[in-house]
Amino acid sequence: MTDTPIERIRNFSIIAHIDHGKSTLADRLIQATGALTSREMTEQVLDNMDLEKERGITIKAQTVRLAYKAHDGLVYTLNLMDTPGHVDFAYEVSRSLAACEGSLLVVDASQGVEAQTLANVYQAIEAGHEIVPILNKIDLPAAEPERVKQQIEDVIGLDASDAVMISAKTGINIEGVLEALVTRLPPPKGDPDAPLKALVVDSWYDQYLGVIILIRVKDGRIRRGQKVRMMAQGSTHLVDQVGVFSPRMVAVDDLGPGEMGYINAAIKTVADVAVGDTITDDRHPAAEPLPGFKPSIPVVWCGLFPVDADDFEKLRDSLAKLRLNDASFHYEAESSAALGFGYRCGFLGLLHLEIIQERLSREFDLDLIATAPSVVYKIHRTSGVLEELHNPADMPDPSLIDHIEEPWIKATIMVPDEYLGSILTLCSERRGVQIDLTYVGNRAMAVYRLPLNEVVFDFYDRLKSVSRGYASFDYAIDGYEEGDLVRISILVNQDPVDALSFIAHRSQADRRGRAICEKLKDLIPRQLFKIAIQAAIGGRVIARETIGALSKDVTAKCYGGDISRKRKLLDKQKEGKKRMRQFGKVEIPQSAFLAALKMDA
Amino acid sequence: MAYRTPMEPLALYIHWPFCLAKCPYCDFNSHVRERIDQSRFAAALRAELAWEAARLGRRPLASIFFGGGTPSLMAPETVAALIADARALFDAAEDIEITLEANPTSVEAARLAEFRAAGVNRASLGVQSLRDDQLRLLGRQHSAAQAMAALETARRIFPRLSFDLIYARPGQTLADWRAELAEALALAADHLSLYQLTIEAGTGFEALHRSGALVLPDDDSAAALYDATAEEAARAGLLAYEVSNYAAPGAESRHNLAYWRYGDYAGIGPGAHGRVSLGGRLLATRRHRAPEPWAERVERQGHGSTAEEAVAPAERAREMLLMGLRLAEGIDPARFAARAGIALADALDPDTLARAIEAGYLTRPDGRLAATAEGRKRLDALLGQLVL
Repeated sequence: MTDTPIERIRNFSIIAHIDHGKSTLADRLIQATGALTSREMTEQVLDNMDLEKERGITIKAQTVRLAYKAHDGLVYTLNLMDTPGHVDFAYEVSRSLAACEGSLLVVDASQGVEAQTLANVYQAIEAGHEIVPILNKIDLPAAEPERVKQQIEDVIGLDASDAVMISAKTGINIEGVLEALVTRLPPPKGDPDAPLKALVVDSWYDQYLGVIILIRVKDGRIRRGQKVRMMAQGSTHLVDQVGVFSPRMVAVDDLGPGEMGYINAAIKTVADVAVGDTITDDRHPAAEPLPGFKPSIPVVWCGLFPVDADDFEKLRDSLAKLRLNDASFHYEAESSAALGFGYRCGFLGLLHLEIIQERLSREFDLDLIATAPSVVYKIHRTSGVLEELHNPADMPDPSLIDHIEEPWIKATIMVPDEYLGSILTLCSERRGVQIDLTYVGNRAMAVYRLPLNEVVFDFYDRLKSVSRGYASFDYAIDGYEEGDLVRISILVNQDPVDALSFIAHRSQADRRGRAICEKLKDLIPRQLFKIAIQAAIGGRVIARETIGALSKDVTAKCYGGDISRKRKLLDKQKEGKKRMRQFGKVEIPQSAFLAALKMDA
Repeated sequence: MAYRTPMEPLALYIHWPFCLAKCPYCDFNSHVRERIDQSRFAAALRAELAWEAARLGRRPLASIFFGGGTPSLMAPETVAALIADARALFDAAEDIEITLEANPTSVEAARLAEFRAAGVNRASLGVQSLRDDQLRLLGRQHSAAQAMAALETARRIFPRLSFDLIYARPGQTLADWRAELAEALALAADHLSLYQLTIEAGTGFEALHRSGALVLPDDDSAAALYDATAEEAARAGLLAYEVSNYAAPGAESRHNLAYWRYGDYAGIGPGAHGRVSLGGRLLATRRHRAPEPWAERVERQGHGSTAEEAVAPAERAREMLLMGLRLAEGIDPARFAARAGIALADALDPDTLARAIEAGYLTRPDGRLAATAEGRKRLDALLGQLVL
């Protein structure tokens, strides 16, 4: 099984924008090499979570081993590494790329290069990849292969003259792709006799086998029964099984240099296996681990609270189960005066946050209230102490703060030029600093530095709406900078609602304070007494709305025969109130609370 | 605190469950039958009255109310027999109020004199509207002309007279209603019940409302209609003494006041409810709803009671608040403590009380607790927060 000589192994990943055809191409490659019969093929074999299939995104890295008899008459082993395509998983992407020697850059021949593609292709170039441009959907009437080739050369700086022209959907020229892999990508390098060095690319939890670790062997061999050590974590494990994905899991005796596959070693949670770690032999360890290991650090935090307080235990158990399979997300207990008991959860980014929330509601059937996402601030206290703040409710009194730093990002936005004006306005509204602005044909590429804080607050939705969905956006974290940041409290009848407080730049405070007050005014139904809604910085009110009292609510007829019924109604009303979110005698309906926290309208 | 109260004068309610047709807004216990066995139901009502009187013992009787259904469909001799029984079983007050609800169809109007002869001294006519198209919408069996004729007749026959109107109907403007109400006030004697149309579960209107075919005025319009109603009525000398009831001073319905003041009342007939002091407890009584099974039970066991239970102090407090705050006069704290078994102050959320007084929804005239007109208009929301 592992007797392919190293020079006939090709490890590659596929880089593409959503909908440009990555998964379809992967399916065609699997089919063309006979790894699965057409009867076994289900659409998009590699994305096996429902959520991945629905959204066309890949969350977990996966690999499939293909055997291809090339035109030179030799059989090659082609290892396709399917990587997460989203910036939230940038580190995971970098590890996947580090496991390969080359990439296929798939570009829709009618759409051209998008922002997300750019970031990933630069990462691949950085990883030293040989890159083969592939123009997909060339059979579409709108295809403009020559223009898109020119764009690839202009924007990315890659020679696109040898781009492979295909249609993954109809199967045109799939063989051209396979031949390009064999002839244009370099084989891996590695020393079979050196001490074992294998890169942990990803891991996931299988309820029967425990944790499955996806690896790429760089040097040495990994065998069943071998005692291995995780070099960063320091833990040791006995390898139960070694195998490859064909794409089904097939056990093999061992894996040597250049090969990709999996091991399992009776590990109970993925938190024990860090992506990017190096596996070595316990008794003959490598002197140095592979470069580039980074522990995962959450970038965005939000509070998750069960709608029904009785679901708290269920939430706790569900988070623990999710964490079994996703070590990059963090959680810690939190309690809120407004929302009761819940968890403060940390995510790699906004998509990651959305995915976890959706999985909690979908797989664990939980109704949740999520507070507004917050980034991690660095608070420098006057005492000289530095602390990280990821919950606005924990912000110390301003008199104790010397200064605050906030995270910035470098964002790349690609947009048809007719929408450029509104995009630039949006970026400057959000305190953006322009780094670069270039045109390719009628598409503009704007590079901005932006505070992450401004991006987690409905930036993406605004971007989509001002560009009618044509703008594509990508970002990378770009360090911390001091900012004039304030906490804005929301008060309902003078009582602060902790779960609605947020941190913003002073220049944005009025606008955002007004926006949330206006929104709450629309969302909270009129009640017995008039309700004052205020946004305040410390003791200073920056925005105010009043909800008038309801005008009429009384039963017209109530006589002797109605008393029992009316009283029972009142009893029930009292009972129901206990479960309502009350703020200074104001009932805020669940739906209003959720919508106020969303703030994306 | 044990339940102790001086012997309350009794209010007696007698239910006649049959109607000629079911109105689409009505969720009362009313039934339509092709033939009604008058003598059977007369006998059953008399039997149940005798049974109830036997356990209550002789006590003062302040009022009798024949409600329904349509009690004007009863044989006048049945009404006479029940009044005579009640007078024999209890100590009827000299000025006892005996009300009968009647519909203004020509058939029923023709019998008003017979009801008067039977002892009824107050009539309450279900006029509902003085507009023919609106009467059709409301599913009524009479015309506006018939209603006016019936009112004319009733005024001559009965010492006291009230009638009902339903307003805040679909599409009704403030001007329409003021005009119709002014006509009604010109016809009125000393009492009117003016109800805003509400959609009740299980009625014909509910289905229409749900489908969007029937649209009620929004809360602001309903509030404006309500304010205009009180204004017009007051101009004619009828004061809002309860949420939907207007009377010249002294002409209030004594029977209904017993409900709102949370006095003792006995309920006879299918589906009738009662609150009676008995053996040191306040008993909530209820009769079987369906007419024929009710009659069978009475014939078999002397009464048609279903569940009966003592009302606990906290429940009495809530009931007394939800009824008493409907009245402009409000609640007397001493009477509250005696009837409910807990102090008024202990039954109220102090914070809401303070805010409601500040907002002008509640007042404390002479130590009483009363809802203002503004408070009565929002009473359901107010009660939801005020009662503990």
